[in-house]
Amino acid sequence: MSDALTVNDLTCNFDVSAPWLNRVIERKPRQFVRAVDDISFSVPMGGCLSLVGESGCGKSTVARLVTGLYRASEGEVRFAPGKSGEPLSAQMIFQDPYASLNPRWRVRNIIAEPLRELKLRNSEAEIMERVGELLKIVGLAPSDGAKFPHEFSGGQRQRISIARALAGEPEFLVCDEPTSALDVSVQAQILNLMRKLQDEMGLTYLFISHDMSVVRHMSDRIAVMYLGRIVEEADTETLFANPRHPYTQLLLETIPDITHPKRGRSIAASEVPSPLNPPSGCTFHPRCPFADARCKSERPEMRSFADGSRAACHRIEETVKAINAA
Amino acid sequence: MTEHLSSAVLDVRGLCVEFPGRHGTVQALSDVSLSIRPGEILGVVGESGAGKSMTGLAVQGLLEPPGRISGGEVWVGGRRIDQLDDKQMQQVRGRQIGAIFQDPLTSLNPLFTVGAQLVETIRLHLKLSKADAKARAIQLLKEVGIPAPEARYDHYPHQFSGGMRQRVVIALALAAEPKLIIADEPTTALDVSIQAQITSLLRRLCDDHGTAVMLVTHDMGVIAETADRVAVMYAGRLVEIGPVAEVLKNARHPYTRGLMGSIPALGRRVERLNQIDGSMPRLNAIPAGCAFNPRCPDAGPRCRKDRPEPAQVGTGVAACWLNAGGVL
Ligand SMILES: Nc1ncnc2c1ncn2[C@@H]1O[C@H](COP(=O)(O)OP(=O)(O)OP(=O)(O)O)[C@@H](O)[C@H]1O
Ligand SMILES: Nc1ncnc2c1ncn2[C@@H]1O[C@H](COP(=O)(O)OP(=O)(O)O)[C@@H](O)[C@H]1O
Ligand code: SF4
Ligand code: SF4
Ligand SMILES: [Mg+2]
Ligand SMILES: [Mg+2]
Repeated sequence: MSDALTVNDLTCNFDVSAPWLNRVIERKPRQFVRAVDDISFSVPMGGCLSLVGESGCGKSTVARLVTGLYRASEGEVRFAPGKSGEPLSAQMIFQDPYASLNPRWRVRNIIAEPLRELKLRNSEAEIMERVGELLKIVGLAPSDGAKFPHEFSGGQRQRISIARALAGEPEFLVCDEPTSALDVSVQAQILNLMRKLQDEMGLTYLFISHDMSVVRHMSDRIAVMYLGRIVEEADTETLFANPRHPYTQLLLETIPDITHPKRGRSIAASEVPSPLNPPSGCTFHPRCPFADARCKSERPEMRSFADGSRAACHRIEETVKAINAA
Repeated sequence: MTEHLSSAVLDVRGLCVEFPGRHGTVQALSDVSLSIRPGEILGVVGESGAGKSMTGLAVQGLLEPPGRISGGEVWVGGRRIDQLDDKQMQQVRGRQIGAIFQDPLTSLNPLFTVGAQLVETIRLHLKLSKADAKARAIQLLKEVGIPAPEARYDHYPHQFSGGMRQRVVIALALAAEPKLIIADEPTTALDVSIQAQITSLLRRLCDDHGTAVMLVTHDMGVIAETADRVAVMYAGRLVEIGPVAEVLKNARHPYTRGLMGSIPALGRRVERLNQIDGSMPRLNAIPAGCAFNPRCPDAGPRCRKDRPEPAQVGTGVAACWLNAGGVL
């Protein structure tokens, strides 16, 4: 299968320095956060790649780089040609269905905006007809177009954002925590809708979530991020069955599981380090049970494996052995 | 359901909370009964707006006016507390009930060191000298798993990470050795790896000190791994309550079953998740009969007419006509 999106050596630095005057007075240097640090991945056409990782590890920044909302400091983002021969168009769905809809606009105008902007329909009548269709696709009624966003529940608002994203006729959707603000029962409605749209419209997804059970449900492939870097990438089933990187192992170990609750376990205290001041060598070393002297000084390179997975860790052989023994 | 557990740390009986407003009175909680024994964790789950936080706030006497308890009783440690005045309630809070909220920053004062805040809370409730209070504060920080507690004692909240701040809040809640801890979404703002640390800490405190915990969360996974019993709320009512393993495997109420089915499973992958169509009614538009009836796959005529009372089913309690004589 060909790739819909290819990302090469992508890096994004943010300037988080104090204002100039404060820097001069307090003699502080400029300070940068490397939110995304040299990452590469690709998403196959019609597939779903998920980015997972703890808060602040750079998932949303990748999403914004891919959709062009942020400019990369280094590296490239390349979309393959779509049906029209032009590069695929990408649309983004955000976490917060409240903030991403203009409260003063009627729903039909919110959804019509991309149609008007991109001149996808000629007459007003055609635009409204398409808006009605889109509302039906996401499970709302055409008459809902006359209402304002505050008249809808959280799940319904997320449906409206999806209708709006679909209006631009994207072939690629970047979904940043699309269900994190929703209750589980509503989350199921939205995830089912997204899977159905993928099948019917052949959409490709870059999906972001911190919820491993949601990710497992949605994705073909998963990339695990830690402090701005991808530390492991594998097919969904492979990653769950055979996590190689110690951080992936920790993530899987700590997900609460309803069917097999891990009661009475005790978890060692460990903290997520600050991206302002990342640890040396392998940035995971302060939390890693396998860390040795080399891990503290030398950053591990990404290695590829026969099953198509990749992981960046000096001690993969030991970690895999340990998990198999357990 | 109405049995009075004299051994219970918390015993809530038929609790009703209402908010009088311009467009009539809204019934936020309706006939909620539950109890928690020493050393027991009761999980409280439900969609947002179901009344989980409201239950915790009402127990602590922290309802925002004009909200008020309009019926029922709240007993803590064998004493009825729902009729106490503000001053008496203030003593109950902290001394007998410790509170942990979702956002650790709202419970901590950014202007004071963590140590100063702990010492203040300790001395408010326990008669200890300054030096003894400090020793106890450091002991508490250690107990909740803060490394180098002596050094951390002098740090300000912003110098802690999210997970550590939540530990400090737990230390504050524990300061006066309360019998009951009410934890409202204590891990929702935290990463999963940190979340697991906090829930295992709560579990250990329960086991070691016999503290009773009311754990409010919308995360069933957290409940499965930490709670002993679980109470499921819907539209201000309690729909089911029972031992966790039993409710997870063998839910008696159709809403609970729907909720379980809609959670993506880790073990197996399905094409489509079960979904409960529609959404929870607003509190001013709760349908007659069973509040869940418009969304319920099993609803019958009776469900649209009469409200089902909570009734014993197996080891738990459920409020559904299916378990109490049928839906017809
Ligand atoms: N505009 C910005 N200016 C400065 N720093 C930023 C900016 N956006 C993000 N960052 C920093 O970059 C890092 C990665 O942020 P990002 O929002 O990508 O995290 P995330 O993985 O999406 O986290 P979450 O799960 O909490 O949404 C963080 O340390 C964040 O503070
Ligand atoms: N000040 C208020 N006035 C009227 N209704 C309120 C007020 N505060 C909360 N409510 C309502 O009470 C219900 C229960 O809220 P809450 O207990 O916070 O839900 P949750 O289960 O999400 O914790 C909600 O429907 C909410 O809208
Ligand atoms: S490189 Fe070393 S510290 Fe990093 S994950 Fe591997 S073993 Fe752990
Ligand atoms: S009482 Fe009726 S409507 Fe309510 S949950 Fe039971 S079967 Fe469904
Ligand atoms: Mg984000
Ligand atoms: Mg709440």
